[in-house]
Amino acid sequence: MGILELTYLLQGLLWTLLLAAIGFAGGIVFGVIVALMRVSASPWLRIPAIGWIGLFQGTPLLMQLFVAYFGLPLLGFDVPAWAAVSVALTAHASAFLGEIWRGAIQAVPRGQSEAADALGLPARSRMVDVIMPQAFKLSLPATVGFLVQLLKGTSLAAIVGFIELTRAGTIVSNQIYRPLLVFGVVGAMYFALCWPLSLWGRKLEQKMAAATAK
Amino acid sequence: MTEPNSARNATAPMIEMRHVEKFYGPFHALKDVNLTVAKGEKIVLCGPSGSGKSTLIRCINHLESIKSGEITVAGHRLSDSQKAVDAVRREVGMVFQQFNLFPHKTVLENCILAPMRVRGLSRAEAEATGRKYLERVRIGDQAAKYPAQLSGGQQQRVAIARALCMEPMAMLFDEPTSALDPEMVKEVLDTMVLLARDGMTMICVTHEMGFARQVADRVIFMADGAIVEENDPESFFRAPAHARTRAFLGEILHH
Repeated sequence: MGILELTYLLQGLLWTLLLAAIGFAGGIVFGVIVALMRVSASPWLRIPAIGWIGLFQGTPLLMQLFVAYFGLPLLGFDVPAWAAVSVALTAHASAFLGEIWRGAIQAVPRGQSEAADALGLPARSRMVDVIMPQAFKLSLPATVGFLVQLLKGTSLAAIVGFIELTRAGTIVSNQIYRPLLVFGVVGAMYFALCWPLSLWGRKLEQKMAAATAK
Repeated sequence: MTEPNSARNATAPMIEMRHVEKFYGPFHALKDVNLTVAKGEKIVLCGPSGSGKSTLIRCINHLESIKSGEITVAGHRLSDSQKAVDAVRREVGMVFQQFNLFPHKTVLENCILAPMRVRGLSRAEAEATGRKYLERVRIGDQAAKYPAQLSGGQQQRVAIARALCMEPMAMLFDEPTSALDPEMVKEVLDTMVLLARDGMTMICVTHEMGFARQVADRVIFMADGAIVEENDPESFFRAPAHARTRAFLGEILHH
């Protein structure tokens, strides 16, 4: 495998990172909305959020990518592959992060919202100033864990022809007929991204366990 | 400590509960509770666990809603409307058994949040108020620390200061010393005595009978969701009228 092939793989890696970043950033924005809807007292907000989460947790990411890639053009949106993949990853991440944060919001002790209520804080301030900062901290290990999942999940975008790291590996492998070497390198690249993240997530978890034990 | 609103009738009660009924599912938590608290009056509420004393004070600032009856606080009639609830909470501070300080905020930040968000104070004004009340509870030097860095007694005093920063007309205490190690009970009670001397209207759910003797104008005994007996502390402790009160006092005073 020469410099040319390696450069090609690195380009794929860049797309993988970009897809993960878009999915994660979009997932954060919409995930907060999903989580807030999910814990809302109003059934008009809560039930759609439950449906949204169920839909994306109950179907394979691969299928979600297919639906976005083939479904968006059917709906009249003529979007490039990367955009369709981004939409699917964002929706997917919003459901999973929404559910993670729903759990974290509900894990903040009741006394915290009671204290906020007793002080007369408006609902918005109670959420933004009191509950969400604590929920965010509680959710960090699970959130980092999901980021690792999402990063690996971007490899499924290869199936709709998008040239990210896995697809780039397939192409290179078909050219130089050395699949073991090529996919070994591809695997090592994924590992180099995901392993430090996993370690970080574990460290956060230990730190939090130590804090609660105190 | 707080300026009475001149528009309000000075003789009107600070807190009034009339025929209040409260249920948790089939459980009858409050039974026809009637209570009138005058401005500046200090009430100690006691009774066995499950008697409804915490529920009673949590109804006053609408942490719990009631099934029927009327609650009026500083002239504001409480209802389920958010506006009425906000008006009442604006006038009433509360201190909890578990302190419930915000762990991600420093002591001073705990104190300035509500004054900024609810009273619309600037950060500088809120900090000045915060420091004033932290000094008042003798904990001014800990303003930059986080709650977890303080002892239980210190945390509870911060919680008192946090409530005072809203300059409430009345304070509710829900077993403020029950979660404390014995050596820290006194510093919190001393703070509450100080507050009482300043003329604050107070309702305290507590089993600290020394505190009741020292500051209470009235002691109220509850059992099974109803007010059984109320009297001035002297008569209450010397000659309790009901058998249940005698049994309860026997329990808590003889160890």
